[in-house]
Amino acid sequence: MNATSLPRHDVRLENVMKQFGPWVAVNNISLTINGGEFFSLLGPSGCGKSTTLSMIGGFETPNSGGIYLGGEDVSRLPPYKRDVNTVFQSYALFPHLDIFENVAFGLRRKGLPKAEIQNRTHEMLNLVDLTNFAKRKPGQLSGGQQQRVALARALVNRPKLLLLDEPLGALDLKLRKQMQFELKRIQNEIGITFLFVTHDQEEAMAMSDRLAVMSRGQIEQVGTPAEVYDHPATEFVASFLGASNLIPGEVTARDDDITSVKLEDGAMVKLPSTALKIYGKSVKIGVRPEKFQIITGTETPEPGWNEIEAISGVSVYLGVSHQYVMTSRSGRQLSVYEQNSGRDSPLAPGTTVRLAWNPAHTFAVAYDPTKADGE
Amino acid sequence: MRRLRGKLSPYLLSLPSWVYLLMFFLIPLGSMLGMALATGDPLDGYTMSDNFQEFVDAFTNYQDTFYRSFWYGTASTVATLLLAYPVAYWIAFHAGRYKSSFLFLIMLPFFVSFVIRVEAWQFILADEGFIFGPLKSIGLLPQNFHVLSTQWAVIGGLVYNSFAYYVLPLYVVLEKIDRRLVRAANDLYASPPTAFVKIVLPLSAPGVFAGFLLVFVTNVGDFVNADILGGPGTYMIGNVIQDAFFVNQDYPMAAALSSMLMLMLMIAILLYSKAFGTDAIQEYAA
Repeated sequence: MNATSLPRHDVRLENVMKQFGPWVAVNNISLTINGGEFFSLLGPSGCGKSTTLSMIGGFETPNSGGIYLGGEDVSRLPPYKRDVNTVFQSYALFPHLDIFENVAFGLRRKGLPKAEIQNRTHEMLNLVDLTNFAKRKPGQLSGGQQQRVALARALVNRPKLLLLDEPLGALDLKLRKQMQFELKRIQNEIGITFLFVTHDQEEAMAMSDRLAVMSRGQIEQVGTPAEVYDHPATEFVASFLGASNLIPGEVTARDDDITSVKLEDGAMVKLPSTALKIYGKSVKIGVRPEKFQIITGTETPEPGWNEIEAISGVSVYLGVSHQYVMTSRSGRQLSVYEQNSGRDSPLAPGTTVRLAWNPAHTFAVAYDPTKADGE
Repeated sequence: MRRLRGKLSPYLLSLPSWVYLLMFFLIPLGSMLGMALATGDPLDGYTMSDNFQEFVDAFTNYQDTFYRSFWYGTASTVATLLLAYPVAYWIAFHAGRYKSSFLFLIMLPFFVSFVIRVEAWQFILADEGFIFGPLKSIGLLPQNFHVLSTQWAVIGGLVYNSFAYYVLPLYVVLEKIDRRLVRAANDLYASPPTAFVKIVLPLSAPGVFAGFLLVFVTNVGDFVNADILGGPGTYMIGNVIQDAFFVNQDYPMAAALSSMLMLMLMIAILLYSKAFGTDAIQEYAA
């Protein structure tokens, strides 16, 4: 397949809403996916990501709002008239057809000339390295091979958009890592826009150009993996993508560059004003566990770094790091990862330490003190 | 010893079935074939002979009846398939949590005796019955209109009586078909009718095949429908066998006819499997 000549199509969702009875599955979401992008929808089960995918694929019709594919409104088109193909979670390979016919299925429905169907199908089987399996039935293939057939069956049609519905979920860990690279390689090679749905944050981070985090039918944040990880916009995003420590506090001073926050235990911390996108007085400041530096005794932190006091608790040794559970002066549990370099033996439980971190590694999310903690 | 018993246990467990089959299937089958070749009459007893002429007579005398039986059998089986498939499909794909209720409703008439059900049809289809009577009196149907004792009454009766036996095997295969396959076909540019033809139909072929055999074999040999709903022109081979046995007491002829019917059905089934083996149907669909 000649990769560079394929036109790239963007996808736009405008105020899309989907209800099942009283249950709002997708609540008024708007989103733009750029042409040729590897985009992920990430969220826990029931967050509306699969319903969103179904609407883009044409299996569900939105109650309101529009879905545009390369500028064309496709919201009311049935799936068989949309230039969108799907790699299903269960693969859904046709058990009575051999691998060649499975892959050629879409091309045959489009009524392409026989010679072209032959060429394109063989080309695609070659791309996913399954040429020797053309005459086998799906039941005779391993899970990883079936997964590649499902991918080939969708891609051979050169859709404007490829939907992937948790396609790696059924594979074991090793095969999964391998397929992640495969998918990236194939996407780079052919340049079709990929929309990947997953609940696995590591997978989404590893593969996506950009991703959207969804919760309760709404999009919480859209950005590159680094943006979303380093500067989560909401408490949900902060806790869904990796571990994070969130400490309530109040903004005491704010100028164009620096904002000062007084934490619940009295410590004063600073963070770049650009990291604080909210204007309320109450905030939760967040620090990822690996950003902390543990300071004991008379050591001093780097100048300008934030610092709080904590008492070390139990630790878990994970090879690359020691993971501690510490307690702040206000009794809050903090998770701290320390690289396995430097300290010979882990800190004894009960040791009083100071935790320091670079203000640039601080993020802040909205906090409503009247609500129960953790909500 | 333990190992030996372990190896033998499948055979020991199936022993009662083998004894049963031997006593009630193989021995009667053998004696039937023997009777077909025997000469004699019920009063003087029978002697074993090599009277193959009985088979030739059985076929030549009742050739038309054999043809008619196979025609009724084929027509009724095809009609049953055409009626049962949509019903089985609807129950499997659209009845949701009422699936078992609908299956029960389909089975319900079968709690009534076969003969009673056919008698009921005779009552319904009667020339001056509660359907045709009023239609004739208001002039919608001509006075000499009748359905009873035509081949359509017999075929209709056969269809009615085999309906559930076709719905069940079809339902079983349709119910097992993964609905996500239909969704995948839609995703790959197949409209709902195309998805049905390319995916659902070939995957349900084993049920079509099994049901066809079940219904066809039963219907070809049937005599009750022809007896009650038919007339002199609708005699089936089952009626001839029954007459030969119970009325004329020509046991060798009855046995020869039965053997012929069995042989013909076996040949028909063999040809059918060769032509429409489920593999062939599935490959055709590609």
